[in-house]
Amino acid sequence: MLGGAAFADGHAKLSGDLKIFLDTSNPAPRAAMEGAIGRFGEKHPDLNIETTVIDREAYKTQIRNFLTADAPDVATWYAANRMRPYVEAGLFEDVSDLWEEDMFKEDLASTKGAMTIDGKQWGVPYTYYQWGVYYREDIFKELGLTEPTTWEEEKANCAKIVESGRACYTIGTKFLWTAGGWFDYMNMRTNGFDFHMQLLQGDASWESDEVKATFANWKELIDMGGFIANHQTYSWQEALPFMVNGEAVAYLMGNFAVAPLREAGLSDDQIDFYQFPAINPDVALAEDAPTDTFHIPANAQNKDAAREFLRHMASAEEQTIINAGDALGQLPVNAKASVDDDEFLNQGFAMLSSNSPGGVAQFFDRDAPAEMAKVAMEGFQEFMVKPDQVDSILSKLERARGRIYK
Amino acid sequence: MTQAALPTASAPTRSYWQRNQQTLAPWLFLIPAILFFVFYVIYPVFQSFNLSLYVWDGLGEAEYVGLRNYEDLYYEFQDRDAFYTSLKNNLIWLVLYLLAIPAGLFIALFLNQTVTGIRLYKSLFFFPFVISQVVVGLVFTWFYDPAFGILNVVLGWVGMGPINVLGNEYTVTYGIILAGLWPQTAYCMILYLTGLNAVNPEQIEAGRLDGAKGLRMLWHVVLPQLRPATFIAFVVTIIGALRSFDLISIMTGGGPFGSSRVLAYYMFEVALSEYGFRMGYGAAIAVVLFAIMMVFIAYFLWSMYREEKR
Repeated sequence: MLGGAAFADGHAKLSGDLKIFLDTSNPAPRAAMEGAIGRFGEKHPDLNIETTVIDREAYKTQIRNFLTADAPDVATWYAANRMRPYVEAGLFEDVSDLWEEDMFKEDLASTKGAMTIDGKQWGVPYTYYQWGVYYREDIFKELGLTEPTTWEEEKANCAKIVESGRACYTIGTKFLWTAGGWFDYMNMRTNGFDFHMQLLQGDASWESDEVKATFANWKELIDMGGFIANHQTYSWQEALPFMVNGEAVAYLMGNFAVAPLREAGLSDDQIDFYQFPAINPDVALAEDAPTDTFHIPANAQNKDAAREFLRHMASAEEQTIINAGDALGQLPVNAKASVDDDEFLNQGFAMLSSNSPGGVAQFFDRDAPAEMAKVAMEGFQEFMVKPDQVDSILSKLERARGRIYK
Repeated sequence: MTQAALPTASAPTRSYWQRNQQTLAPWLFLIPAILFFVFYVIYPVFQSFNLSLYVWDGLGEAEYVGLRNYEDLYYEFQDRDAFYTSLKNNLIWLVLYLLAIPAGLFIALFLNQTVTGIRLYKSLFFFPFVISQVVVGLVFTWFYDPAFGILNVVLGWVGMGPINVLGNEYTVTYGIILAGLWPQTAYCMILYLTGLNAVNPEQIEAGRLDGAKGLRMLWHVVLPQLRPATFIAFVVTIIGALRSFDLISIMTGGGPFGSSRVLAYYMFEVALSEYGFRMGYGAAIAVVLFAIMMVFIAYFLWSMYREEKR
């Protein structure tokens, strides 16, 4: 961290304009980002920084326009396949030179793979967060359950929960991606990280025995009434009350679910977290941990300042501050940064750094190409409503694979 | 043009502008509108035709593929996939949306009386047309909600099980159309109310003397006089049904598993939404939608032309 700062001071004075586009539109992340930009501005008083914050959903469509027409100098986006269209269209700047520097090479090594396409790096990560099962600790105690580590325990727990008149899991699949999270875990636990990636890259068949096994496992939970009814009409937020009211006991989600659960009145004694249990004991545990990133558009005007800003955002010092519980409430990517003392962040950090030997995936819709993600997640939603249709759903996905990957 | 044929005694003193003012002036006023129409409507239509022959993600080079996008649409149709669903739902929309016309007429007849406070009632009936489609969509989403929606509460009173209208692939489209009918009926009602104001009281009187009343009066005397209103109601309802988009986007996002899509929404999904950006394919869908609209537009233009000639 000191090295980074010294390096920045040693650099020639930065001047001119630096235009930054952000998709961190929620109040807390927005404030965290503005704080980080403010500290960067203090270091470089001659630099005129303009920040534009765009609504997160709108950003996803606007980025295509502003990258080509009126590019900022720095823009937020996501790692892995989600950045591929822009990399391939030549709209993101190659920042491999940054990744040669010591700080990146050593402290950010864990995400280098997610930032790499064609052997080059195209951006810098600033945060990531774990996925896992958030559950009602008090209900577990009431029913005498413990955190499951195997599939058998998981199903035994679920059977007891269903018996008590509750659903094991809440989920809202209206916007599809939540079902993608379930598929990620079911498939990574059944077939492992490598097969999962092959499938998402289009190198494995959706009608293979492996994928069928994944769906068979998933179907066990569905058939026993493990999921809340009518989930296809709810967004992920609309599915939260089921857990808050105790009608459902757990939620497979990203760490961002903790804040709304707390706001809804659940105390930390009532919520807890466990890693998704193993299904196939021969398969190493792998996790979903989506990474959010900064990029320099190829058409940026002030690339020197932009590179300096990326160094700033990658530094251990900054990442500690912006990922704190009262800011983003997520995990810093920089290994030298410290994790805020929060029950869930600690558990997530421990899980990702020492208990995911299989690997770390981004997320279904970031690892798979967008078109495939859409078709597949629609299939998952249909499967969760009509599990008996699995064969026709898989053949549809297989046809989509034939069309999409060329 | 008739100006030019006038005797030319004083012609040398009059400029071209002075001679042709009568014919040129309207065109001058029309030019801005025509230019905008050509650039923002006609030209993009042809651009879409052209784009539908390419594969393009909106960023890189467009690749010419001939009619392959249409071929893919055809296969989707055969497989009863997304395109088939959209087309089928569009047809359901077209047919059921027309219910707004008789419903509007019925309410208009009902409200066309002189009672104290009738203006208030008329406003209340017209109200749904004034509020945004987004609000209509949200209100109906809550109405249908399987957990706390009033629909299921009422069904519970009469001992019927909860139904998830928007979560069931067989009911979702009808549920959305019902939501759409609410404002559309109000629109048709207002068209008929104005139409009823223009009904000739002497003809009603004459009809009454001849012993017509009730349905006979409505069918043979009133309705023929409401023809212009019916025509407009028909036009706006057909167009409204074909462009149905906002309600679907708000209430279901095309779901569950794509079963409430219509062509306009599918086009948006494919070309412009988060996982889309198949511009050529989207354009091909748009062309199909355009072709369907063209059938109706041609019919409207033809019947308007016939009216004018009379």
